[in-house]
Amino acid sequence: MSLAIDNFHFDGSEVGEKIQNLGLLPHMDQVRLLGAGIDVHDTHVAGSFMQQNAEGIHLHQKNEGIELLGIKQALKKYDGLPQHFWKLLDPNQDAITQKAHDVLHGGYFVRAKKGVKVTEPLQSCMFIKGNRVGQSIHNIVIVEEGAEVHILNGCATAHDDEEALHLGLTEFYVEKGGKLTFTMIHNWGNRVCVRPKTAGIVAEGGVFQSNYILLKTVGDLAMYPTIKLDGEGARARFNSIIVAPEGSQIDAGNRILLNAPNTRGEVIARVLTTGGHVINRGFIGAYATPVKGHLECKGLLLGGGSVHTIPELFSQCDGVELSHEAAVGKIAQEEIEYLMARGLDEDEAASTIVRGFLNVDIMGLPKQLQTAIDEQIETLNAHNAM
Amino acid sequence: MLEIRDLHVSIEGNPVLKGVNLTVRAGENFILFGPNGSGKTSLLMTLMGVSNYVVTQGSIRFKGVDITHAPMYERARLGIGISFQRPPTIHGLPTGKLVELCGRNRNVDPKALAKKLHFDAFLDRDVNAGFSGGEIKRSELLQLMAQKPDLILFDEPESGVDLENMQLVGQTVHDLLEGEKKEGSLLEQGRSRQTCGLIITHTGYILQYITAHRGQVLYHGKLMCEANPHEILKHIQQHGYQECLRCLSTETPLQAIVKS
Repeated sequence: MSLAIDNFHFDGSEVGEKIQNLGLLPHMDQVRLLGAGIDVHDTHVAGSFMQQNAEGIHLHQKNEGIELLGIKQALKKYDGLPQHFWKLLDPNQDAITQKAHDVLHGGYFVRAKKGVKVTEPLQSCMFIKGNRVGQSIHNIVIVEEGAEVHILNGCATAHDDEEALHLGLTEFYVEKGGKLTFTMIHNWGNRVCVRPKTAGIVAEGGVFQSNYILLKTVGDLAMYPTIKLDGEGARARFNSIIVAPEGSQIDAGNRILLNAPNTRGEVIARVLTTGGHVINRGFIGAYATPVKGHLECKGLLLGGGSVHTIPELFSQCDGVELSHEAAVGKIAQEEIEYLMARGLDEDEAASTIVRGFLNVDIMGLPKQLQTAIDEQIETLNAHNAM
Repeated sequence: MLEIRDLHVSIEGNPVLKGVNLTVRAGENFILFGPNGSGKTSLLMTLMGVSNYVVTQGSIRFKGVDITHAPMYERARLGIGISFQRPPTIHGLPTGKLVELCGRNRNVDPKALAKKLHFDAFLDRDVNAGFSGGEIKRSELLQLMAQKPDLILFDEPESGVDLENMQLVGQTVHDLLEGEKKEGSLLEQGRSRQTCGLIITHTGYILQYITAHRGQVLYHGKLMCEANPHEILKHIQQHGYQECLRCLSTETPLQAIVKS
């Protein structure tokens, strides 16, 4: 989809003030961030980072096992990060990437130090406030050998109804035996255009898990992150829960390249539309043997909208196990009646099934976040979906 | 408890039940026999109110209420429960959660109930996802234990159950229908005995575990030959349904089966 980048201003004219803690943000902004899974009290987190428009306005590192810096600071400290900056992404890829290359507003640099296992998530929020604001960020995440970290990325706009453009580049490096869990929750508005560009590489025995949750309207979102499993025994898994109310235009996919023996990739997507239009892509490619991959795209239509699933498998070797499972449709009458036979009325039965469809249990999220997401799904059930 | 009068049912315009009359009283277990395709499952589905089964004539009353066209959940809330033969999988809904839902406003303890069925390891698994035949049976029984219906429709409760679990399944069906063994006078036990069952069986194994009060053969959409269920089973085992067919073509089939 063509995008009029020039309609948005990237001059950073609406810079926010630096704040000591997220609890000092205006109440309305806090509410929007809560909707993106952000803990504004910083209580159960290993650290926090916040980018508002063109400016990093908050950075609070609580755990010594992690190095958390603004990207500009990191580029200065590490002489331009020659091993990691623009190594997985190519500025010439397209106009979006080019723009993000030419204008760098900020973003974060995270380095989980060798062998350190951090249980509490590190949270980062990408926030846009104002009309026709363009935001361009570039994040670098490095998980050193044997380290484990969970990054919770919450993205939101201050207003439901203003135009904005978010360009978000992220490069992930998971070194030998490292483990990165990356959870992204989007809370944009119906006139927001979102263009993340994400690539990652996982070394021997490393694990990358991505959880993506989108429960609110987004004007126009397109993303197709790629993870390369380059080391033997590396694993990647993408879980996505996408809800598309009327007005949402979404083209989202996940790509895993199995480049080394004994690597394993899984892409699991659940898409629910209540009027929005969704293209759900998936690609698993086998370039080594033996490897395993499984794609699962399930789409549920509840009145209006469309779901177009495009699962792709590629292999150039024998000795690989690749499979996919795709299904699109409305709630099965048989399932509704099964629950009605246990005493649930039709609405209770339908919402129970929808809740199950959107179940985020498999993501293994921190309890507090899990509860917050469950609550959002409840209200969705009560208002939109039925 | 249950009164079925002249019930005619069609699926997509094809008649499957052609004038069924049946009364099941409180505390009674009624066994349904009949070859494949004779309409046994259709009768159970119609009683539960499954949508494809269209009543074209006749009536169903339960506890004095006409439920012929009542929605499924009203029947369930009135006290009808069913053990399905092939229930659907529901992804993202843990079995334990469904058991809670079955209990509705009563406080049920899914874990304690599941332990009785050696099924507690399955409570976190999605409903019927990858369950074997025997596991599905236990899951259905567990839901019924939470639901506590007054009329239970069993569609072949023993099919797919391995020998090791047959005793457990049989005992649970017994407990659901006849209550767990309790201390007390015969009078008290008699009072607690209100639940009734309508049970389809091919093998008859389940008859070893419950008191089978009455039985009939369903054939070509009609109920025939009321007799002692054990007698019917013995007869079918010895002669098969072919003999039923021959017998039914005579003028007084009931007498024929009694004589044999």
